[in-house]
Amino acid sequence: MADSVLVIHENDNVAVALRDLEAGEEALFRGKILATALERVPAGHKVAICEIERGGEIIKYGEPVGISTAVIRRGAWVHTHNLESGRWKRT
Amino acid sequence: MEKDVSISGYRRKDGRVGIRNHLLVIPTVVCVNGVVNRVGRAVPEAVCAPHGHGCGRGGERDLTILFRVLSGMIRHPNVGAAVVIGLGCEVSNTQTLLSLLGDIGKPLAVLNVQEEGGSLKTADRAIGTAREFLEELADARREPADWNDLLVSVECGGSDAMSGVTANVAVGAVADLLVDRGATVMFGENTEMIGAAHILARRAVNGEVARKITEMTDRAETLTRTVMGDMAGLVISPGNMDGGMSTIAEKSLGCIVKGGTRPVMDVVDYGETPKVRGLVLQDGPGYDADSMAGFAAAGSQLMLFSTGRGTPAGFTAVPVIKVASNSALYRSMNDDMDINAGSIVEGTSLEALRDDMVAYMTDVINGKLTKSEKNGMDVFTFMTVNPPF
Repeated sequence: MADSVLVIHENDNVAVALRDLEAGEEALFRGKILATALERVPAGHKVAICEIERGGEIIKYGEPVGISTAVIRRGAWVHTHNLESGRWKRT
Repeated sequence: MEKDVSISGYRRKDGRVGIRNHLLVIPTVVCVNGVVNRVGRAVPEAVCAPHGHGCGRGGERDLTILFRVLSGMIRHPNVGAAVVIGLGCEVSNTQTLLSLLGDIGKPLAVLNVQEEGGSLKTADRAIGTAREFLEELADARREPADWNDLLVSVECGGSDAMSGVTANVAVGAVADLLVDRGATVMFGENTEMIGAAHILARRAVNGEVARKITEMTDRAETLTRTVMGDMAGLVISPGNMDGGMSTIAEKSLGCIVKGGTRPVMDVVDYGETPKVRGLVLQDGPGYDADSMAGFAAAGSQLMLFSTGRGTPAGFTAVPVIKVASNSALYRSMNDDMDINAGSIVEGTSLEALRDDMVAYMTDVINGKLTKSEKNGMDVFTFMTVNPPF
C-alpha cells in the first residue's frame, strides 16, 4: 500500500495528507499506521499523529508553525480552526 | 548507493568551472535588442540575452544591480566567449562596463551601434565575430571537476499546495547532499522568508550572519507592507489556506525547506558571488526570473526549480532543472518538466527520489540538456528598484 501521509521531519507531530483522507481512513507512512483520521483531511492538509495539548506547538518541517487553540486529538485535521499563528493574526 | 559521481566542466582562467561553454550575445540596453535578435537568427548556436533594461534609471542601487548583472553574465563560468552590443549614449555604456570587467580571460567583443554606423552594420560585424568565437569554443575540452567548484541555486515558482510537501522537500534533500559534497547552495526569495526568519537565524553559522538574516527579512516585510498595504496579509492567501497552509510561518517553511537543513554560512547581496562554501542566502526577490538573474549573476552554474502549477522558464546560459510537485503536472507538461517529485505520493521514498535527482543532475552537469535548454525556454531579465524616469 502506498503511503497516505508524509511526515516531513522526524520531530513533526503532524503529517501531511498525500490524498484526501476520509474519517476512519488510516494515515499510513512507510508501512506504519500513524493515526486513524477522525474527520475528513483534504490532500495537502495536516493530520495530528499524536495528541497535542491546548497551547502546544504544531511542529512541521521540524519547526513550530503555530500554536493549538484546543486539545487536538490524534487523527484530527489541523488547520486554522484549531491553531493560531504567533504573528499576523487574522482579524 | 552512490553510483558515478564524477563531474566535468570547463575550467576558466578565474578559477571557476563552467558546465556549459556558451557564446553569449548580450545588449547593454533595450534599444539594441534588435541587433542581438538578428545575430541570434544568423547564429542559432549563440545564447542571446535581450532584456528590457540599461537606461532610464539613475539611482545608485539600480546602477549597482545593472552593472553587477551585466558583468556577472559576461563573466559567468558557463560562458566561454561574449559579444556585447552597446548603443553609445546609454547609462549602462560599454566604457564603464569594460572598466568594471577588466581582463575576463575569455574572448570578448564589444560593438556600439552609434560607432559602427547603425544596427545592420553592427549586426553584420557581430555575426562574423560570433562565428569566429564559436570556432574557438569548439576546441575546448571538458576536464574533471570537483563538486566544490559548483554553485547550485534553488528556486520555486508557480507553487501549489504540494510544492512545500514534495518538490521543495526533495530539492532540500539534494541541497543537503550537495553541501555535504563541498558545493555551495544558494537560495533567495526574501519575501518567502517572512515568518520564518527566526528559524533561519537560528541556523546561522554565527551571530553576524544571524543579524544579516533578520535584517534582510525585516526589510522584506517592511517593503511588503509598504507596497501591499492592507493586502500584506495575502502573502499568505486564501488559496494557500485552501491548500492546507495555516500560517505564514508554515508557508515560508515550505519554501525555505528547499534550501535543506545545513547551517547558513552567509547572506549575500543580489547578484553577489558568495565567498564561502555551504548554504548561502541571497537577498533577492521572490519573483522567479529576477531571482534567477541574481543567482546567475553570482555565477551559479546550475539551478533546481520546483513548480506546482507549471512554469517552463529556464535561464540564459544556465541549465535549470524543473521539478514538478505533482504527477498530473509532470504528465501534462512533460516537455517542460525534468523530475517528478509527485512520485512521493505514489510511494517513492524521499531518499530514492533524491538519488534519482542527483543522478539526473550529474548528467546535466556533464552535458545532458535540461528540458528548458532543449526547448529554448531561457529568459533573461533582472531586478530594478525604482521606476524609470
